[in-house]
Formats: sequence, structure tokens, C-alpha cells
Amino acid sequence: MEPGLYHLLFISAGLFFIGVFGFLTRRNLISMLMSIELILNSVNLNFIAFNKYLWPNKLDGLFFSIFVIAIAAAEAAVAIAIIINLYRSHRSIDVAKVQEMKN
Amino acid sequence: MNGSTIIFYMLAVFTLATAFFAVVTRHIFRAAIFLLFSLIGIAGLYFWMQYEFIAAVQIVVYVGGITVLIIFSIFLTQQAGELLPTQNARGRLFAALAAFCGFALTLLQVYQYKFTNTNEPTVEPNVVNIGNQMLGTEEGGYALPFEVVSVLLLAALIGCIVIAMRPKATEKNIDLGTNNIEY
Repeated sequence: MEPGLYHLLFISAGLFFIGVFGFLTRRNLISMLMSIELILNSVNLNFIAFNKYLWPNKLDGLFFSIFVIAIAAAEAAVAIAIIINLYRSHRSIDVAKVQEMKN
Repeated sequence: MNGSTIIFYMLAVFTLATAFFAVVTRHIFRAAIFLLFSLIGIAGLYFWMQYEFIAAVQIVVYVGGITVLIIFSIFLTQQAGELLPTQNARGRLFAALAAFCGFALTLLQVYQYKFTNTNEPTVEPNVVNIGNQMLGTEEGGYALPFEVVSVLLLAALIGCIVIAMRPKATEKNIDLGTNNIEY
């Protein structure tokens, strides 16, 4: 069977819910961040698939994924800065052990 | 079954399998490496769809940038050989159930929906078209979002420096009176 839009949507949905599963089961902040990266990547894959198979006369899906990538990079950088700061003050990045946000 | 189809299925299995191992393995460093391979698989899918520019951006930003950032933060915060704590069995079961039900529901909706595509001429996703449209100010141009994202990146840069900066010794602030913040 020739792969098309539905196959890509299947991969994208699979990646999204693998990310959701990881986000719900992980207790470590860095692993949760990795699950979020998987979710954002599945969204990008969806945008590109729709751009290629449904609206090949425009480039809007491609621009949306470029902006999603830029925002994801900014988000990952800020999240890691917060995680490192948290590790300095609490000596742990487990979500169950870190229960207050104030210093 | 031609070569393109075989490559597609290989990329799909590779991406999904490495993503799955990235969320279930108990070694955080292995999880980061599996995530790296999953991101490379997604870049391969972009290459398969002949969107070379976005595949290059994916490799540069995700594989080269974010994964290295994650690996460095693992080095900074984890002890070597330490296993990740796991959720209890009930929590894992409910998470798997939620993910599976969401997946099934999404696929049900997707396969029931009839997509209609346009018949207008294709715009090639090459660098010339992307550049013209991204910096264009006319109808359909993306100059304003581009500038907004630039400001966002600058704000994220400054925010990271401020958050991760090691605070100065607090003795200096004691005689400042009201605004001595304990770090």
C-alpha cells in the first residue's frame, strides 16, 4: 500500500501519545522535557504532512513548523535553566521531592 | 512495493520504536540517545516527503541543539548509573490506558474524516520560495511573525541567563535594607 497522508497521521498520533505516556509516567523533570519534545515533533510532522498532501499550493504548514521549532528551542532552553537552578537549591529534580517553588 | 515505500515503513518503525524506548527506559542517558535517534527518524521522514529545508532545520536545531542541551543538563544533574524512579504500577496502567484510548479515538476520527485536497499548482518548498515568503510583507508574508519570534528568542536568551546565573553572596545585600533577597 502506497504511503500517504493517513500513514503520516498514524505516525504523528503514535508519537504524540507516546509522548503523553512518557509525560504521565516520568517523575524526573528532564525526562518530562524529553516527552514534551516528542509531542512537539509529532505536531510538526502533522503540519508538514498536511502541507504536502492537502495544500501543496501554499507553504503555510512549513512556516508553522519552523515557528514551532523556534519556540520549542526557546522553551527547552528556559526549562533547562530552571531545572539547573532547581537542582542547585534542592539537590534533586524529582517532581515529588520538589514541592515548593519559592526560594 | 517499491523502494520508496520500503524506506517509508523502515523510517516509521524506527521513529516509533526509538520514541517508545525513550519513554520507557530507566537509564536517563539512554533515553536521551533514543530521543536523538527518534528525532533523526523524523528528519528522515521530512527528507522522504522532499521537504529538505525543514529536515535540515530539524537536524540542526533538534539533533544538534536541543539533544546536546539535554545531555549536558543530564551530566549536570544526575549521578552516574542512577536509575530513574518509576511510577507505581497503578499510575503506569492508567497512563497507558489514557494514552491508548486517546490514540484510538484520534485514529478513529482521522480515518472517518474525508480530506479534500486542492487542485491548484504546487509551490515547491525550496529555499528561494521559503525565503521570499518568510520575509515578505505582502499578502501571505510572514515578516511580522518572524520579528515576533526574534524578540521571543531574545527574551528567552536573557531569561535563561538571569535564571541560571549564580546569585551573588548575600552578605552584600544585608545593609541595603528592604530589598535584601535571600537566595
